[in-house]
Amino acid sequence: MTDYNFAYLDEQTKRMIRRAILKGLAIPGYQVPFASREMPMPYGWGTGGVQVSAAVLCPEDTLKVIDQGADDTTNAVSIRRFFERTAQIAVTTATADATVIQTRHRIPEEPLRDGQILVYQVPIPEPLRFLEPRESETRKMHALEEYGLMHVKLYEDISRHGHIATAYAYPVKVADRYVMDPSPIPKFDNPKMEMAAIQLFGAGREQRIYALPPFTRVVSLDFEDHPFVASKADHPCGLCGAQDSYLDEVIVDDAGGRMFVCSDTDYCAGRQVDGHRGRDNKEDAA
Amino acid sequence: MYVAVKGGERAIDNAHAWLAEERRGDPAVPELSTAQIREQMTLTVNRVMAEGSLYDPDLAALAIKQARGDLIEAIFLIRAYRTTLPRFGSSLPVDTGAMACDRRISATFKDLPGGQVLGPTFDYTHRLLDFMLAADGDVPVAPKMPVDPAPVPHVMSFLNSEGLIAQETCDGTPAPDLTRAPLELPAARALRLQALTRGDEGFVLGMAYSTQRGYARNHAFVGELRIGSVPVEMEIPELGFSIEIGEITLTECETVNQFTGSKTEPAQFTRGYGLVFGQTERKAISMALVDRALRWEELGEDDQGAPAQDAEFVLYHCDNIQATGFLEHIKLPHYVDFQSELELVRKLRRDAGAVDRQEAAE
Repeated sequence: MTDYNFAYLDEQTKRMIRRAILKGLAIPGYQVPFASREMPMPYGWGTGGVQVSAAVLCPEDTLKVIDQGADDTTNAVSIRRFFERTAQIAVTTATADATVIQTRHRIPEEPLRDGQILVYQVPIPEPLRFLEPRESETRKMHALEEYGLMHVKLYEDISRHGHIATAYAYPVKVADRYVMDPSPIPKFDNPKMEMAAIQLFGAGREQRIYALPPFTRVVSLDFEDHPFVASKADHPCGLCGAQDSYLDEVIVDDAGGRMFVCSDTDYCAGRQVDGHRGRDNKEDAA
Repeated sequence: MYVAVKGGERAIDNAHAWLAEERRGDPAVPELSTAQIREQMTLTVNRVMAEGSLYDPDLAALAIKQARGDLIEAIFLIRAYRTTLPRFGSSLPVDTGAMACDRRISATFKDLPGGQVLGPTFDYTHRLLDFMLAADGDVPVAPKMPVDPAPVPHVMSFLNSEGLIAQETCDGTPAPDLTRAPLELPAARALRLQALTRGDEGFVLGMAYSTQRGYARNHAFVGELRIGSVPVEMEIPELGFSIEIGEITLTECETVNQFTGSKTEPAQFTRGYGLVFGQTERKAISMALVDRALRWEELGEDDQGAPAQDAEFVLYHCDNIQATGFLEHIKLPHYVDFQSELELVRKLRRDAGAVDRQEAAE
């Protein structure tokens, strides 16, 4: 792959993307249009995240790629390989060792620190999209800070179901100005978004980039009498016993047997190395 | 033991190996060469060039071979390659009036300067399977006629001279580039045409068909359909004049549409325009109809709320690479989102059950 520039994209394209990222950081939560390129992987597979990662990666960076919290899901493997091949950079599965983490649908359990960048893959960047399908309208609504429709939607959820019926991609208000889609992370992850690392969001097909500088105020939308609750399955992890991590439910037999395990595989493995054991873990503690 | 997320790397390698084997098919059958695809599957090559936005029959043939004949996949390969190519500049506008036509028909005039030329068309073939083709028969040589050196002017120019058709003038604005700037609305006609010419043939056809069935009907006649080759010229700054850099085959369709006039325009005919790489006339005609439907606003027509009138709807959904990517991505893992929905549905059911029990108790 020596025919391609470092991290695949040409320098002019990276410059264009960096400009969009800087604008996004200057106006947290604002969706910056950018001239997304056709990448050698399909739209919907993380082309926005890949372009953002390509624009911020330096040769000395260490990259981690996760999908659903796991380093070994097929698409995470594929994206990590893409950068190994086109940028010859170091890769890791350890959250603490990574300088750039590209993610789909999760924020790692281990708190991120200053100097790290978390790049989200975003399918639909527009939090108002399913209330108003027209881009021309939603841009106006953001410009006028016209978010009544969103509150009405949340209110209708409560009156119909007794709860806000949004479990992932739960809308947030950023720096008291823009309502933003946190990408389809479970709402369990929302409170983590006020973090020390830089967060960048790339939507390739929709041609939008947005960003959160470190410790930007991120408030999950709610009502005083129906406060936001970051929920997860009410179990400990079956492998490492963690009580505080987001869990995947795995069907283990054809009699409906279930087991709950950390979706963050690095977190889970790290805890097991430290000797933690869950109820379903038959391996002896080292 | 829970192993579902492990082994992704090996699974990918093995899947690729299997794919390569399936692509080749039975090794006892001779391998298809890209030259064979280029020469004998010309219309698929044309479609891949048009929707891939890259005029290169050899690369299109290679993409079709690599994609096992899946045209959207082939178009995707071409697009991904195209995006890495450097941009030297823009060519001069091609002069389709000076096209060396293989086919030129008008549905509005029985005869006209330059004549009607059917060319290599399926139009009047009877759609009967030709079993001779399965037996590798040689093709008899088609009869030839000397080329008439007389010019083949655009049919529209005859209507133009009477002032019966709306004039389209060039305002000198440089053409936008959809592949180098994010699509923003409202989109000017040049940008709309650019999106349509690389848009999915099936989508554009469906949109055009809907206008014919009454969703923003615009009474189109094919004023002219021409297919042939045109030279591409480029101005080289160091030379100070333009030189020919190649020749491409294009299909151009101009429709004549009835128009009774509006508050701002007198009664006259209006146009829809389609221009597509290669011999791609279904696409070019479709494009012309959709182009005309999208012009309702500038012509002062009513918004009938038809899909084909809605530029945002058409432009955001006509690209098959965007569409197929997003559609197919739902097969990627969504364990985490699904898990959060599971929790939510269980909670809602629990709460509803509690209410029922309480009501029963009362």
